[in-house]
Amino acid sequence: MAGILADKDRIFLNLYGVHDWTLEGAKARGAWNGTKDIVAQTPEWICDQIKASGLRGRGGAGFATGLKWTFMPKQESERPHYLLVNADESEPGACKDREILRNDPHLLIEGCVIACRAMRSHQAYIYIRGEYVHERERLLAAIRQAYDAGLLGKGSVLGYDVDVGVQHGGGAYICGDETALMESFEGKKGQPRLKPPFPAGAGIYGCPTTVNNVETISVVGTILRRGADWFAGFGTEKSTGTKLFAASGHVNTPCVVEDAVGISVKQLIEDHFGGVRGGWGNLKAVIPGGISVRMIPADQCDEAIMTYEDLAARGSGLGTGTLIVFDKDADLVKAIARAAYFYKHESCGQCTPCREGTGWMWRVMERMVTGEAEMSEIDLLLDVASQVEGHTICGLGDAAAWPIQGLFRHFRHEVEDRINSYRARKGVYAGASIAAE
Amino acid sequence: MSVRRLSPNQPASFAFKPATLKAAQGWMANFPPGKQQSAVVPVLWLVQKQDGWISEPAIRAVAELLGMPVIRVLEVATFYTMFMLEPVGTHALVQVCGTTPCQSRGAEGLMDVCKRRIGPQNHKSPDGKFYWQEVECLGACSNAPMAAINDYYYEDLTPESLEKLLDDFAAGKAPRPGSAIGRQGAAPEGGPTTLTDPKLYDGSLGRKIKIPNLPPKAKKETA
Repeated sequence: MAGILADKDRIFLNLYGVHDWTLEGAKARGAWNGTKDIVAQTPEWICDQIKASGLRGRGGAGFATGLKWTFMPKQESERPHYLLVNADESEPGACKDREILRNDPHLLIEGCVIACRAMRSHQAYIYIRGEYVHERERLLAAIRQAYDAGLLGKGSVLGYDVDVGVQHGGGAYICGDETALMESFEGKKGQPRLKPPFPAGAGIYGCPTTVNNVETISVVGTILRRGADWFAGFGTEKSTGTKLFAASGHVNTPCVVEDAVGISVKQLIEDHFGGVRGGWGNLKAVIPGGISVRMIPADQCDEAIMTYEDLAARGSGLGTGTLIVFDKDADLVKAIARAAYFYKHESCGQCTPCREGTGWMWRVMERMVTGEAEMSEIDLLLDVASQVEGHTICGLGDAAAWPIQGLFRHFRHEVEDRINSYRARKGVYAGASIAAE
Repeated sequence: MSVRRLSPNQPASFAFKPATLKAAQGWMANFPPGKQQSAVVPVLWLVQKQDGWISEPAIRAVAELLGMPVIRVLEVATFYTMFMLEPVGTHALVQVCGTTPCQSRGAEGLMDVCKRRIGPQNHKSPDGKFYWQEVECLGACSNAPMAAINDYYYEDLTPESLEKLLDDFAAGKAPRPGSAIGRQGAAPEGGPTTLTDPKLYDGSLGRKIKIPNLPPKAKKETA
């Protein structure tokens, strides 16, 4: 058996699109099974079950899902409640929600109905990134099937009416932030809002809103069908359940795969991703949760396990659970410089530290790639990174600082070597011009 | 941030084609009454599908359709990088992902092909058929390196397979999207190593089940 999870305990049974993605096929794999009995329960029961399962948000932040749902008002008022599903998957390294959207869309739609019931909402919207054109077509077709079957809309056969709509974006990473997502949803520039007010108080159109990741919503149906204790039986006390993992970079067979949270980084890479290119000994570093978390060096990858707490203790994070693997031939400085360009490109421009800082950090990083920098600029760069981190409305400023901090925490010597060798090549030293005369 | 400005060469007018208008009205009906402004990104995208790019008269027409100030539509069109603000190639708009995961698997080689065959990025090729640009993460990292060509994803590319694709597009063909090396979606090369248990797919999971942990007497709340 590859990995530590048996096939019978997997949630996403059509992860690779081998089987029928339509309503009929999804039903044969257990989707929409018992949904009527679930939505007949009180919202409190659903929230309690999800709390007991230990499910944490799969979009990166890892907030407890059941708890988040209880923040919604307990009474419906003239302001409708909204569920907004974040399918704006743009984190470099992350490619897991795409597989759900195109291959198992009915798990997501069913999850929307259950989550809406838990939050006394009758309207869910799925905000999908604009570039996912094929995925959007699939999702829209699946929603149409669910309407035709009477599972959605007025007079639902489930006994609880939910409408599910789709909105799409225009190619902006920042819209993955929940408040920017809401701004973009309303047809504005995706610039994050200040909190408070929190979305559960005033979200889209000023109404109570909860934003959840695609994977979080998609697992809800199966958790309730199989029981909270089944889900809580995987992983550790604080990081439970199964999760989609993915790899890119220098592994032999990159793919997306579902396994139990708590699998070790080494087993994940060796069992599912065909091992590191050139063997385990050729590993240099792993970014374990999408590019926004700090990297961990190879010597820690032997013991590191994929949980929120273990990776946080290593100064990194589980994030989206999608690995970027670098072997010994990789140019880490260049890789992080490219990440710095990404943040520069994707900054929305609202907060000065991020708008100016991301561009500044990128330009310095580019010079460090060639070595054309002063040694003192390393500390200056880290100082600027720490001044961007935590001084912006949303998390993009933090996310821009962390990869750079991770690089210098573990591979500062590489940058220093590069600066030294550049100077040696150019003969730049005090008095060089005198000697030349 | 990226600086994006409207093209200096603008057409005199813009008109919605009936199919575009119908689709736009569908998006407007998707949102609560009075909130049709929410449809601005989808409607601009439809305009781009119709004309290939977003022109200044089109921005005015969208503003009128949605009852929005023109400046708000202009803001949106220049903020979101999917909107092309100048005419693109007639046969293919090639968007190569250049972010770290794709870079680490050879995206630079793909961009070299584009530079050689099409020219500098963000410009049309001399024959007007192609237009290419480097874009940020497209969210298909396990199938890196990849490029989106005319909306759809072409994955697991090599410089050679990209050349072949460009040949096909130049000849007016529409090659099948997906993995260039025949991978099944995001499954590992050589076929899935998980999800191989036939019992998952014999329909037994669709049989009626009893939901566990239900409260002793299920009370139904009036919603």
